[in-house]
Amino acid sequence: MQLIVLTPWDLTLAALLVLLLAALSWRLHLGIERRLLLAAVRSSVQLIVVGLVLGSLFATTDLRLIGLLALLMLSVAGWEVRARQKRRYRGLWSYGIGAVSMFLSSFSITVLALTVIIRVDPWYQPQYLIPLLGMLLGNTMTGVAVALDNLTRQASDARAMIEAQLLLGARWDEAIGEIRRDALRSGLIPIVNAMSTAGLVSLPGMMTGQILAGSPPLEAAKYQLLIMFLIASGTGLGSLSAVWIGSRRLFDERERLRLDRLK
Amino acid sequence: MARLALRALRPRHGLAAVDLDIDAGELLLLSGPSGAGKSVLLRAIADLDPHQGQVWLGERAASAMAPAEWRRRVGLLMAESGWWGATVGDHFPAALHADLHAERLSALGFGLEVLDWSVARLSTGERQRLALARLLARQPEVLLLDEPTANLDSSNRARVEQVILDYRQQHQAAVLWVSHDDAQRQRLVAQHQARALLICERALVAEPCS
Repeated sequence: MQLIVLTPWDLTLAALLVLLLAALSWRLHLGIERRLLLAAVRSSVQLIVVGLVLGSLFATTDLRLIGLLALLMLSVAGWEVRARQKRRYRGLWSYGIGAVSMFLSSFSITVLALTVIIRVDPWYQPQYLIPLLGMLLGNTMTGVAVALDNLTRQASDARAMIEAQLLLGARWDEAIGEIRRDALRSGLIPIVNAMSTAGLVSLPGMMTGQILAGSPPLEAAKYQLLIMFLIASGTGLGSLSAVWIGSRRLFDERERLRLDRLK
Repeated sequence: MARLALRALRPRHGLAAVDLDIDAGELLLLSGPSGAGKSVLLRAIADLDPHQGQVWLGERAASAMAPAEWRRRVGLLMAESGWWGATVGDHFPAALHADLHAERLSALGFGLEVLDWSVARLSTGERQRLALARLLARQPEVLLLDEPTANLDSSNRARVEQVILDYRQQHQAAVLWVSHDDAQRQRLVAQHQARALLICERALVAEPCS
């Protein structure tokens, strides 16, 4: 089977559907048309630029260039995690906790997958590294953002309960233990749900893309499985480290609950 | 049991630097207008808020002790108690046998079955009395009490006073008791050799200021 190349005209047709939705939103006073159009324009520009950049990048195997792109991806993911927090940490922490956790999980798992599982040579070949890292970062980002948001929100709501435990002689990790577990669970639920319904309700995006591009379905399924396992472990590791660093930051060296460290 | 000593303790806001000694077994009453910094002072002593200065329990400074150990020994009863478990019993130390609680719970007007009660059904007054019970179950060496009888009727107020005075007697605990109840203060000073201090212009003083 051959890859069917999409023409600009094909894309214009699909874009017309979005325009139609925007018109409907305007007619029904939903108030979402501006954001919808802006998001559509943003995704068009971003994806076309990325497509162009990747095209030329795949030709090179310059580790510095690839590293630069990977760091750019990480920093955008860091901002996204920060933006999704209702109660942010003050200072660099709001950015740092998410970025460090995603770095630890996504980068290490990507390198592991490239060197041990897929065995690409050289391991940093961008055609494999960039999409894989993107998948991992995108999903880990969601898990980390949800887990951190849950942690800080619950901790600020439960101040009296946490301090009551501290006052009766509990250590900080005992006093926040239940909240910490809850935050972790909330970060992991989306990927667990995605894995348990994968293929039954809808085909995962990557598998769909591979099939549309002409891969045999079973090969596409194997790659999808690999990605899902990587995503699950990446999300787990990332949420774990974000919740651990985040909860430690809520207490100071004398194990006092310091909600003033949140905005 | 040991003496509690505050040295140039400056809480986050309210009071200026405080120097104060409370001997083992001594009862110190503290009163002052709301917002003067009484609760903030107690939180600083329990090391629950950042502060300057040092607090000593006998020969040991707070900063030389693990925070959890300090707070277990220097027990603070806050005006609003937090409850994290589902039942009352979840808030009592598991290691201690129920019989040991029975005597104190009955002195506070409860039977042992209170440990199975759901926290959600407790009234404000019940919470206040049970918060005292769960604090004393940890056997602190110092009691910091923030209006422990504020929401109680007269019979329960008498029960709580008696339980606190008995605990002080048995354990020779230093007690710092914040109270707004004039009659209570006079009674404790006259009958139990309590020392009374007021807050005046950000300092602790013995006599009302003009």
